[in-house]
Amino acid sequence: MNSDRPDPDQLLAEFNAKIARERRGRLKIFFGASAGVGKTFAMLASAQALRRSGTDIVVGLVETHGRAETEAQLVDLELLAPLALDVQGVAVKEFDLDGALERKPALILVDELAHNNAPGSRHPKRWQDIEELLAAGVDVHTTLNVQHIESLNDVVGQITGINVWETVPDRIFDGADEVVLVDVSADELLVRLKAGKVYLPEHVERASRNFFRKGNLMALRELALRRTADRVEDEVQAYRSDKSIQRIWKTEASLLCCIGPRPGGDHIVRSSSRLATQLGIEWSAVYVETPALQRLPAPERERILRTLKLAQELGARTTILAGSDPAALVVEFARTHNCSKVVIGRTALRPFWPWSRRLGQRMAELAPDVDLIQIGRGEALAPERAAADTGAAETDDARRRDKLLRYVWTGVACLFTTLVATILLPYFDLANIVMLFLLTVVLVAISFGRGPAALAAIINVAAFDFFFVPPRFSFAVSDVQYLLTFAIMLAVGLIVGQMTAWLRYQARVASHREERSRAVYEFARDLSSLLQTEQVVETATSSIAGTFHSKVAIIVPDAQERLTPGPGSSPSVTVDLGAAQWAYDKGQPAGTGTDTLAGSELLYLPLRAPMRTRGVLAIKPANRRLLLVPEQKRHLDTFAALTAIALERVHYVEVAQQALLTMESERLRNSLLSALSHDLRTPLTALLGLAESLAFTSSPMSAAQQETAQAIADEARRMHAMVENLLDMARIQSGEVKLRRQWHPFVEVVGSALKAAQAALMRHPVEVTIAPDLPLVEFDAMLIERVLYNLLENAGKYTPADTQVKIAASVSEGKLLVAVSDRGPGIPKSQEEIIFEKFTRGSRESSTPGVGLGLAISRAIVEAHDGKIWAETSPGGGARFCFTLPLGIPPAPLPEDAPLLERAGQGNA
Amino acid sequence: MTDPAPIAVLVEDEVQIRRFLRTALETEGWLVFDAGTIKDGLIEAGTRKPDLVILDLGLPDGDGVDFIRDFRAWSSRPIIVLSARTSEGDKIAALDAGADDYLTKPFGVGELLARVRATLRRKRGAADASSPVFRFGDVEADLTTRKVTKGGKTVHLTPIEYRLLTIMAANAGRVLTHRHMLREVWGPAYVEHGHYLRVHMVHLRQKLEDDPAQPKHLLTETAVGYRLVVE
Repeated sequence: MNSDRPDPDQLLAEFNAKIARERRGRLKIFFGASAGVGKTFAMLASAQALRRSGTDIVVGLVETHGRAETEAQLVDLELLAPLALDVQGVAVKEFDLDGALERKPALILVDELAHNNAPGSRHPKRWQDIEELLAAGVDVHTTLNVQHIESLNDVVGQITGINVWETVPDRIFDGADEVVLVDVSADELLVRLKAGKVYLPEHVERASRNFFRKGNLMALRELALRRTADRVEDEVQAYRSDKSIQRIWKTEASLLCCIGPRPGGDHIVRSSSRLATQLGIEWSAVYVETPALQRLPAPERERILRTLKLAQELGARTTILAGSDPAALVVEFARTHNCSKVVIGRTALRPFWPWSRRLGQRMAELAPDVDLIQIGRGEALAPERAAADTGAAETDDARRRDKLLRYVWTGVACLFTTLVATILLPYFDLANIVMLFLLTVVLVAISFGRGPAALAAIINVAAFDFFFVPPRFSFAVSDVQYLLTFAIMLAVGLIVGQMTAWLRYQARVASHREERSRAVYEFARDLSSLLQTEQVVETATSSIAGTFHSKVAIIVPDAQERLTPGPGSSPSVTVDLGAAQWAYDKGQPAGTGTDTLAGSELLYLPLRAPMRTRGVLAIKPANRRLLLVPEQKRHLDTFAALTAIALERVHYVEVAQQALLTMESERLRNSLLSALSHDLRTPLTALLGLAESLAFTSSPMSAAQQETAQAIADEARRMHAMVENLLDMARIQSGEVKLRRQWHPFVEVVGSALKAAQAALMRHPVEVTIAPDLPLVEFDAMLIERVLYNLLENAGKYTPADTQVKIAASVSEGKLLVAVSDRGPGIPKSQEEIIFEKFTRGSRESSTPGVGLGLAISRAIVEAHDGKIWAETSPGGGARFCFTLPLGIPPAPLPEDAPLLERAGQGNA
Repeated sequence: MTDPAPIAVLVEDEVQIRRFLRTALETEGWLVFDAGTIKDGLIEAGTRKPDLVILDLGLPDGDGVDFIRDFRAWSSRPIIVLSARTSEGDKIAALDAGADDYLTKPFGVGELLARVRATLRRKRGAADASSPVFRFGDVEADLTTRKVTKGGKTVHLTPIEYRLLTIMAANAGRVLTHRHMLREVWGPAYVEHGHYLRVHMVHLRQKLEDDPAQPKHLLTETAVGYRLVVE
């Protein structure tokens, strides 16, 4: 078993998180049980201490509420000017996020983490402003009261009876780098309150009087202490996991929260979130939509969807399941998603039918292995916002009209049946006539559903009784047997209606699903064949617009990473490029339905591909519900992901084509060079060989002929040297030459260069001085030999015969210094640099042969080795060419072995 | 000259080069057969049983190294390879495949004939290697007593240096690649450690050469290997 071994994925995740943490600013929260405990004061006091130690601090926004001692703490601190906003005629002062980002101090103080920003700000919440500051690498100190923590929000509401709308997600609190609890006992707080030291806004004055009851304050203090204790425990855990890494994330058991149709779902969601956090496990939330629930009015559905969204915000994976048996569906979901705990709300009502059981009981029977947690429904504190949008109302109207029409048609059908039955009565038995009525009920049930079926059954029973059952034209029944007929007819009508409705619902759900997967399939197929970014943008825009019945634009970045509205974006949508750029840069959605720029009409989804973000999808949803229904949202995300992948694929197709082109041109150049060198070398070899073989002909040549043959051979050799130089230069300049660096004793390359230059130095005595302690040097022996050869050949070429040529190698200033000096005429002044250029010779009119490429090649080679080459006049006259090579760290030599002959007797050589 | 004329097979696609090689070899008393492709070359080599093969590495129908491998499967007669200056890789591959020597194009006729003579002498010498004493310059190495002298004075060699010397002596005149020598002396695990070899060769030269910076016998074939020249 290797359960104690660190999971590499987890290690990597921790490492990445650490990197991200290091780049981010640090968040410190001064946390208190209620207003007036002295959070702002504590924050400012610590800021003063930091200022004295030299930290670059800016006060972003602090509410002193006119308290003198708090204001005194602001002395000497740099204040950021607040942003003056005009909201419906009222001047509002808000924190200036852009100003703070521009100023970019090391630390910024921003009071009231839970504050709601005025409409028109970039983010609706202040904690989002602070997130952005942290992401920009600015440290933030802030303050927070316990009642503003999202998951504790309703608990506090229950304790105090006051509901707070300004909330901060738990992850912000839990993710803070440091939390300092500012604590004051309830009694002292009350004393402070009496002394007027606690600021109370006027509009909550009345409520506050209830709020600041001793019982409340104690309860709040307990909550704050507990929450802080939870955090401390987490820190201890994290510390432990840092020290001896163990599995901390229990993936095998996650929590499932079932959201019901009744109000109070928010409470269950919040409780589940708390539970999951305490247990340290992941959690999901499901809502089962049964056919009955589908007929709920639009506002009700919206409320349920909002609850789902709340769950999502609190960190749950949300899903809507469709089916008629919630218990079975939930159990199946729990099984497939490994949820060992299921949270459901407890129903206070007794079940309507004595035999039907509650959801909890059913689930307990279906899945005895699952832990079932029942939670009492919280008081529905929040007044339900009746936010039925007009669109939903219209569809409701249409639905009602449609329903009415069905009942009318049912009536008509019954009437028609009665007529036909009247005509047929003389010829058929009553038992057969009743079949006709039954047929009508079944047909109505199939065509119009359950309600009309019930109506048809009743009308038909009545009509049959009234018109056909003796005594006719009266509702009295003579034969008791007909009562059974009526009952069966009614039952058949209801059963068939029920079944049809159910089937139709299933069919609709299935067709929705099929439509979605078909849309995805077709979209993927359409994208797969495209090869250009513009095509992808165009296809994706029209496809997404068609599928979601919305206005869509796709914006891709240009080479400078700036989003520009391309030709593919439809002009019908006005895209806010700033918002789009934000979504692109942060890789997070922005706009309506998100936390950023929620006031925008459009939703901006970053197109995130595996390698990087490829653009932004801007969509103007036709229906707000599009963004609330998790399936729809996921559907849209799928489309965005497909588009992103297509864009990335197209990008890499372009990259691959570019690489292919480069490769092709390189291949062409290489083959050209090698063909050229082969084609030039072959005739030269033949020329040289043929000239020399003249001497071997059977009839001996005259001295003059021999001389001519020798001259041809010599010229061929020279021409060859020239060709080699030209080709070398071409090779080096094309960057084709790859250095094959190895560690060499320098003396070896001197030996081979001297041997190669033998012919040129035939008439020059050579003196070699190599420092005895010269270390190994790393270079390409072939090329450095060529440098030495060129220098030696030059020395032989430009100096009179019988003058000495010296080669010296030594270590100088941490480099290998090689000097080749001669006793010739030297280099003319101011020519030292020019001679290294191509096609230059010492003196223009000289008849000395050779195109001046040798030195240019030498310079290219030495510089490729990170060395330097230069020419100078040596002190004793004559030219001196020097070059240096970096020394580096030579590899360890083998241990020195003992001389052989001393150990000859042991015979181990 | 009671021996029948020695036979050489020339594998070279350039007619003019073939022509002067043939002229040069014929004046030395060789019977020359030539071929322009690897295929024809192998047929010639198979039918003529040559004493020497001169092979161009760049042939129209394939790589000369393949020819060497095929030829070495059934014959140990010397092969001299002709190649361009910049293709050290080809030379090393040819030598490792079993070629005896190489000539860099363009080369003089004199150079070619000197190599041919040296190669043949070595082959003949290997045939009657009865003498345990190996000589070059004023250096004498007695392979039975492991005694090495230079100008009559005993030279102390380390086991590695002695081993290097014996390997080179056994292949005198022939180019030994770095890989080959490293494998023979240090073992197959060390074939990439070229600097060991170079350091020891410097030591060996210091002990055996008159002027280690301008060696006359223990020659460096840059980027390829080493060659011991006896005369």
